[in-house]
Amino acid sequence: MAFQAHAIIDSPAPLVAALKDAGWKVIAPVERDGALVLAAIQSAEELPRGRVDRASPGEVRIEDGRPGRWFDHTLPASGWKRWLHPPRHLLWRANRGRDGFELKTPPPETEDLAFLGIRPCDLAAIARLDAVLGPDGSADTEYMRRRRHMLSVVVQCARAADTCFCTGPGTGPRAEHGFDLALTELEIGLLVEVGSERGAGILERLPSREARETDIEEAHAISRKTAGMQRRRLPPSAAAAIAQAPDHPEWDQLAARCLACGNCTLVCPTCFCTDVEDTTDLSGDHAERWQVWDSCFATGFSFVHEGPVRTSVRSRYRQWLTHKLATWYDQYGTSGCIGCGRCIAWCPVGIDLTAAAEAIARPASPSPAPTGG
Amino acid sequence: MTLPLPDPMLPMRFRVVERFDEQPGVASLALVPVEDAMPLFRPGQFNMLYAFGIGEAAISISGDPHEHGWMVHTIREVGAVSRALARIHPGGMLGLRGPFGAHWPLRRQSGRHLLFVAGGLGLAPLRPAILQALREKTRYASLTLVCGARAPEQMLYRDEVDGWARQPGMDVLRIVDHANAGWTGRVGVVTTLLGAALGPHDPESVSAFVCGPEIMMRFTARDLAIAGVPGGRIWLSLERNMKCAIGRCGRCQWGPDFLCRDGPVLPYDRVARRLAIKEL
Ligand SMILES: Cc1cc2nc3c(=O)[nH]c(=O)nc-3n(C[C@H](O)[C@H](O)[C@H](O)COP(=O)(O)OP(=O)(O)OC[C@H]3O[C@@H](n4cnc5c(N)ncnc54)[C@H](O)[C@@H]3O)c2cc1C
Ligand code: SF4
Ligand code: SF4
Ligand code: FES
Repeated sequence: MAFQAHAIIDSPAPLVAALKDAGWKVIAPVERDGALVLAAIQSAEELPRGRVDRASPGEVRIEDGRPGRWFDHTLPASGWKRWLHPPRHLLWRANRGRDGFELKTPPPETEDLAFLGIRPCDLAAIARLDAVLGPDGSADTEYMRRRRHMLSVVVQCARAADTCFCTGPGTGPRAEHGFDLALTELEIGLLVEVGSERGAGILERLPSREARETDIEEAHAISRKTAGMQRRRLPPSAAAAIAQAPDHPEWDQLAARCLACGNCTLVCPTCFCTDVEDTTDLSGDHAERWQVWDSCFATGFSFVHEGPVRTSVRSRYRQWLTHKLATWYDQYGTSGCIGCGRCIAWCPVGIDLTAAAEAIARPASPSPAPTGG
Repeated sequence: MTLPLPDPMLPMRFRVVERFDEQPGVASLALVPVEDAMPLFRPGQFNMLYAFGIGEAAISISGDPHEHGWMVHTIREVGAVSRALARIHPGGMLGLRGPFGAHWPLRRQSGRHLLFVAGGLGLAPLRPAILQALREKTRYASLTLVCGARAPEQMLYRDEVDGWARQPGMDVLRIVDHANAGWTGRVGVVTTLLGAALGPHDPESVSAFVCGPEIMMRFTARDLAIAGVPGGRIWLSLERNMKCAIGRCGRCQWGPDFLCRDGPVLPYDRVARRLAIKEL
């Protein structure tokens, strides 16, 4: 690797401009209707500068933070997965002819997307999705196509939200590799770490100066401080405990609170499940097949001809938590949870999966001793 | 540079060349590819069949694995897709993706007693295995089929099963839940025939392939295991909702397994505990 590993830039503005010049569509967090969301930006002016998100179970507020800080916020509500694994995607069209039908895939979209401000945990989430949706890397799927056209500019976190717990799974608050560029916001500017030749090429186009050892040390100190801000954690025994406890009474407690709204699977950056929809036009001669996001909280998800397999909310909550924290290991050798805390913040009743896992990892208390006698 | 593989979600076009009404609401279709080569399959695998504008359904391959001229499927009408598929007449077209999934590991059972246990339409995915076993009979110590159905008229492939019963080296035991006037055979559930099916064989040397409603498979596998058939020599074919068949849509998850890829055929010792968990 012949690229220079570190540099300092004053602001993300030239970076956004350079990315755009190089043909990248820049996707970044912006503030819309009281929430951080991802959108294509034209300039760094659109970034939520000086704003921070305050997340707690069932609630996220956006407030003023330290003025002038570019990246003190943490996570956008909608994760990055929608740009790689879109909520609705046309798989193919079929046209009826005299002698049957013909199938056509839509022309592939080849937009080059630069993810600016993606956090270490969300970068890890993409690695998780790669294992699910792109294991045979040469298969010509929409996900792989989009994945090949993606560049990442990570922001190393200088603040953790109340709901963050990336230190447990080890997905943050610092990304060590897997990015093209990574930024840490220091007092004197942005420290740029280069992670790829492509990233080096972008950095070359920017006005930058050399980073000193002390700048790099400061960046690491920031990461350590951010890690120290985190209070939640998943019990290390969660995976084994959950896999062994399909009848734990805590599932009933959770089911009594859970609304089965599916918000958690929607905001979770690793949830990948999909349904398909078949449509025809009025003539009945033109059919389409769409792939659409789905959730294991939907009853139709487990439908077989007698009805859904998972009718109770209990069984659906159990599927979600068991898949995220336990069976994902069997399937892909990692946890399905990268510790972003979105499902905690966006749960309308504030269910905290770390607390749920904790309760299930605790041995079920024996049923109360009969009184009297 | 390697060429990209074809899109795994795009079906191949197949044409129905023959259609046969098995019983009311159940039809078998013989299919040939319009432009692709005939895919090879192993007994127990399934395809995703697409009915134009309506949708896709997972359907087991039920024909002879040595017949390369066409691909057979037996479809029961239970909803929109299966109804549309089962009613496609010769000359009609459908989409096909596959074959997918784990197969009945027949070839690894040389020298053993093979026991096939089918409930209702469960005979369809077992049929390719039975046809293969009959063709290579000398590899195995014996062949037995236990076949259950709700009623005599719902016995799938009735004439063919009669033919198998007449073959030397193959025992066929049949039972129905409800008899009719013409039925002289047994009445009850398939598990009541397992003792007779195991007969004098050392249960340690029996390999069982079971397909039918989940509850039937659960009790059959349990009883076989109690009788001494090793859990790792009993295979079941499980069914869950499937949309992609390539391990990507998440629908068919059953504990750690994606049934479309790791299943549908799984050994009993791997799944016994899971079979007992409700709403998994
Ligand atoms: C591995 C496998 C092999 C199968 N082999 C056969 C076969 O050989 N012959 C046959 O007739 N049927 C078979 N089935 C069942 C068949 O896939 C369903 O009957 C069919 O999907 C029903 O779709 P529908 O639209 O007609 O019914 P609906 O009841 O309207 O279906 C609604 C939804 O439920 C799903 N669904 C309904 N029933 C089932 C089911 N039993 N299993 C999985 N998903 C279901 C459908 O995909 C659809 O999403 C198999 C299923 C699996 C998983
Ligand atoms: S399960 Fe919750 S905390 Fe874990 S990755 Fe998904 S949304 Fe984030
Ligand atoms: S938790 Fe549910 S929606 Fe998310 S990936 Fe697992 S099965 Fe799919
Ligand atoms: S059917 Fe989609 S993952 Fe198995």
